[in-house]
Amino acid sequence: MDYNFHWRPVFRSLPDLLNAGLVTLEVATLSMVFGVIIGIVFAIIRLKMRGPIRWFVISWIELARNTPALFQLFFFGFGLGAFGIHLTPFWIVLAGLTFNNAGYLAENFRGGFQAIPETQMRAARSLGMNASQAYVRVIIPQVLRTVYHPMTNQMVWAVLMSSLGMLVGFRELSGETQFLASKTFRIFEYFAVAAVIYYVIVKIIIGGSRLLSFRLFRY
Amino acid sequence: MESTSIFFTSFKTTDLWFLAEAAYRTLLISGISISLGTVLGLIFGWLLHEGRLISTFILSPFLDIFRSVPLIIQLVLAYNFAPIIGLNIDPFGSGAIVLTIYTTALVANVVRGGIDSVGIPMRRAARSLGMTYWQDMIYVVSPIGIRAVFPAWVGVALGVMKDSALVSVLGYVELLRASQILITRTQEPFLILALAGAFYFALSFPIARFSERLEKRWSQ
Repeated sequence: MDYNFHWRPVFRSLPDLLNAGLVTLEVATLSMVFGVIIGIVFAIIRLKMRGPIRWFVISWIELARNTPALFQLFFFGFGLGAFGIHLTPFWIVLAGLTFNNAGYLAENFRGGFQAIPETQMRAARSLGMNASQAYVRVIIPQVLRTVYHPMTNQMVWAVLMSSLGMLVGFRELSGETQFLASKTFRIFEYFAVAAVIYYVIVKIIIGGSRLLSFRLFRY
Repeated sequence: MESTSIFFTSFKTTDLWFLAEAAYRTLLISGISISLGTVLGLIFGWLLHEGRLISTFILSPFLDIFRSVPLIIQLVLAYNFAPIIGLNIDPFGSGAIVLTIYTTALVANVVRGGIDSVGIPMRRAARSLGMTYWQDMIYVVSPIGIRAVFPAWVGVALGVMKDSALVSVLGYVELLRASQILITRTQEPFLILALAGAFYFALSFPIARFSERLEKRWSQ
């Protein structure tokens, strides 16, 4: 083994990497926020509605779940180019992740809605709430409780999937790492540090969600 | 216009063969990694269940790393680490190794969950009937545990099949990489991406549906 590790250039650019880590968190969080909203709406549509809207929703969900995330990113990156729509790398990653998250979360939410007894809805309605009030104040809070852990997992997946941004030219943590590594050719060192940052981000998300669950779910 | 027409040619039927071959390569690398990873995952899952100290302090955190670092980073690290220790591995080899370890980490957790799902009273009953430890494992734990986690295992296997698209970063020409090559030549992104997506979908969707139905039938 006659390879000398050079960690100094990596540590010199550590601030850049940490900033890129923030970009990763930002895009993952945004995609989760949009994904949760779309996921809830889709779950309700899939459970309650009939007709073409339901078929659109089902095909979105099944496409998101049964094709690679990278394929979805490429589709938003190059596929839409066929229709003259050219997104910037940030929007490619955000759109791809949101598409994917929405599909997986919709299925989680569907399970969550099915776990709520019918009587909850009837009780809420008989208290004089209208349908949307009953959903917002009674049903959805309970659903959020049952899908809390799957949602945490999905957030971790969103962070990990955002690394695909590297392949469409987005400068989040992986993209920035590749950019810096290609300037110095210290590929292994740079990616090792990036791996550590990803690990820390994931652990912070899981730990934070556990702390938050103590605060949220106490009686 | 004359000069560009040399580089950009339209989509031909021979390109379908190119895509089919690439699809075969996707199946090859994911098939190898899923089967090897499942065997290793069975062993490690059993270790996670049995070995208390080793599993909590060494094995569990170690396997956790592979689930907390993006696969693409793992691939780049492995591909660039091999030459450092003097190995010369081609993209297929390093891709298969990383995917196998990744599958192992995921399957080990599934297997642990399966063994844990068999109640302790059931296992005590088996042992008190005079079964040995391995008889208990084979005739009592595995039928119940497999039913409990088979759908989860299918999910892992399909996930690895889809994630095998990432091996393209190392230069292994699998389906998605092949479609990118064709897009560069033919400038028809929508058609080719749709073909590639249809292949993944046609493989993943029926299996996912089948496992869903199996899960429903077994839970009755």
